[in-house]
Amino acid sequence: MGLSKLNGLYREVILDHASHPHNKGKLPTATNTMTLHNPTCGDTINLQVNVADHRIKDIAFTGEGCTISQASASMMTAAVKGKTTTAALAMAKTFSDMAIGQQHSRSDLDQLGDAQVLTSIMEFPARIKCATLAWWALQRALLKDSDEEDDNE
Amino acid sequence: MAFNINDVLSDFPILSQRVNDERLAYLDNAATAQRPRQVLAALQDFYIHDNANVHRGVHTLAERATEDYEGARVKVQHFINARSSAEVIFTKGCTDALNLVAASYGEANIQAGDEIVISIMEHHSNLIPWQQLARRKHATLKYIGLTAQGQLDMAAARRQITDRTKIVAVTHASNVLGTVNPLKELAVLAHQHKAVIVGDGAQAVGHMPVDVQDLDVDFYAFSGHKMMGPMGIGVLYGKAALLRAMPPYQYGGEMIGDVHRDDSTWADIPFKFEAGTQNVAGAVGLGAAVDYLQGLGMDNIQARERELVTAVLPRLTALPYVTVYGPQDPRQHTGVLAFNLAHLHPHDVATALDMEGVAIRAGHHCAQPLMEKLGVTATARASFAFYNTREDTDQLIRAIKETKEFFNRGTI
Ligand SMILES: Cc1ncc(COP(=O)(O)O)c(C=O)c1O
Repeated sequence: MGLSKLNGLYREVILDHASHPHNKGKLPTATNTMTLHNPTCGDTINLQVNVADHRIKDIAFTGEGCTISQASASMMTAAVKGKTTTAALAMAKTFSDMAIGQQHSRSDLDQLGDAQVLTSIMEFPARIKCATLAWWALQRALLKDSDEEDDNE
Repeated sequence: MAFNINDVLSDFPILSQRVNDERLAYLDNAATAQRPRQVLAALQDFYIHDNANVHRGVHTLAERATEDYEGARVKVQHFINARSSAEVIFTKGCTDALNLVAASYGEANIQAGDEIVISIMEHHSNLIPWQQLARRKHATLKYIGLTAQGQLDMAAARRQITDRTKIVAVTHASNVLGTVNPLKELAVLAHQHKAVIVGDGAQAVGHMPVDVQDLDVDFYAFSGHKMMGPMGIGVLYGKAALLRAMPPYQYGGEMIGDVHRDDSTWADIPFKFEAGTQNVAGAVGLGAAVDYLQGLGMDNIQARERELVTAVLPRLTALPYVTVYGPQDPRQHTGVLAFNLAHLHPHDVATALDMEGVAIRAGHHCAQPLMEKLGVTATARASFAFYNTREDTDQLIRAIKETKEFFNRGTI
C-alpha cells in the first residue's frame, strides 16, 4: 500500500491550509477565548473570537501541532467567520458527528466549506482528535460563561 | 550474535504479519514489547491447570498456584540479583511501584524543607509522584539537567544532591534519549548524603543486565510488559530493611498479621505490600519472560540491540532533514531513538510510517519537561528490541525518505 493511501488524508487543500493557514495570529481584542490541548500529543490551539450581535465578527488562532490540526483550525476559522453563533455551533456539531462516522445531509456538509474534506480522517482513527480539536475549541469558546477561565484539559 | 534470529522470530508470531499491506516493522518496543509464545503458554498453562487464589487455600490447586506465584518471585529475584525474594514486590507495573515508594517511604520520611532530586529526563511516572509528594510536604523538588551531548549532567548532580536531600529518583535508561544513566555513581552520591536512591528500570530491565546489589540502589521499579512479560504486572525491588520499616501502601486481605476491631498488624515483606488478590497469572507470565530472556542471555540481547542501533543511527543522522535527540554515539545508546523531520510534525510522520508498515510512537512520551528542555513539543521515536532485524532498520530509513518526499511534493 505504501504512501499512496496518504493522498486520501493529506489532500492538496489540507496541505495548503497547513502551510498557509488562514486567520492565524492574535486578535487585538476578543470576546471569547479558549485554549485546548490534546494531552496525548501536545497539540495546542488557542482560539480568539469576537462576537457581536450573536455573530462571529472575527476569529483567529495560534498554536502548534500537526498538519491535520493546523489545517483543521485554518479551515474551521475560514468556515465560521461571519456566521451567527448558532450556525457556527451547528457546524461544529456536524463536524464532530462526521468525525465519528455519523451521516449528515448534503446541505449540512456544504456549510462546512473546505473543512468537509477532513471527513477522510475517519480512515485514520488515531488522527480524529487532531481534526476535531479546533472545532471543540470553538464550541467551548462560544458556550462557556464569559468569566470562565480558559481550560487546560 | 549469539542466538539464531530465525528461531527467535518464530517465537513471536505477532511480528510476522502485514499491516497496511506492508511487512510489519514493529519499532515501538519502548511503549510495550511483544511476548514470545513461551510467555503466552505459561499464562494459558496457569489458567488451564493451576488457577486458584494464592496463600489462602489448603487444597491442591491453591498450593500449586502459590508455588507458581512464589516461583516467579524467585526467578525475578535471581534475574536482578536481589539478596532475597522478600525484596521483590509484585505491583501493577512500574508506575504503581514508583507510586508505592512515594506514598509509603516518601510519606513517612519526607519533611518540610527536605529535598527530592530527580532528573529532567524522567518519565511522568517518576516525576509526578515526587512532585506531588514535595507539594504535600512542603519539600523542594530539584532537577538534574543534561549535558550538551544529551547525557545526565553528573557535575550538576553533585551540586544538586546535598545533605538536605532525602530521595534521589532517576531513570536507569531514558525512554526518549536512549541514554543509560550512571545509577551506581548516583547511588554513591546519594548515600554520601544519607539519601535513598530510587531507580526507574522500565527501559533498562530486559535490555541490559541489571544487578541491584551491584548498583546499590535502595529501590528499583520496572514493568513486565516492557520486558516481554504480560501487561498489568510489575516489580518493586527494595532493600529489606527499608521495606520493613515502611508503612503499608494499601490495606486489605493478605497484607495483614492480625486484625482487631480498632487496630491491626501487618504481614512481613513482601506480603505487606501486596494487598488483595494479586495478578498471579501475570507474575507467572513474567517468570516465563525472565526464563526466556535468560535463555538468550542478557549480554547477547544488549549486544544485539547495540548492533541494530549501530546500523541505523548513522544512517538516520546522515539524513540532512533529520534531527536525532540524545547521544549520537551508538555505544552510549539503548535501542531507543527519538528524532524529528524538519518542518514535519511527528504525528504526520508516524501516520506516514504506519502506511509503510513501520510502527513508531509520536508525541511527548510522557516526558513533557524533557520536551521543553529540548525545545520541541513532540518527537517521533523508534525503539528496537532484540527481535528486530536489519530489514526493520532498512524499512525505517526507506520509509522516512519516502515520507520526506511525499510531503515535499504534497503527493506521491
Ligand atoms: C522510563 C519509564 N518509566 C516508567 C514508565 C511507566 O511504565 P508503566 O506505564 O508500565 O507503568 C515508562 C513507560 O513508558 C517508562 O518508559
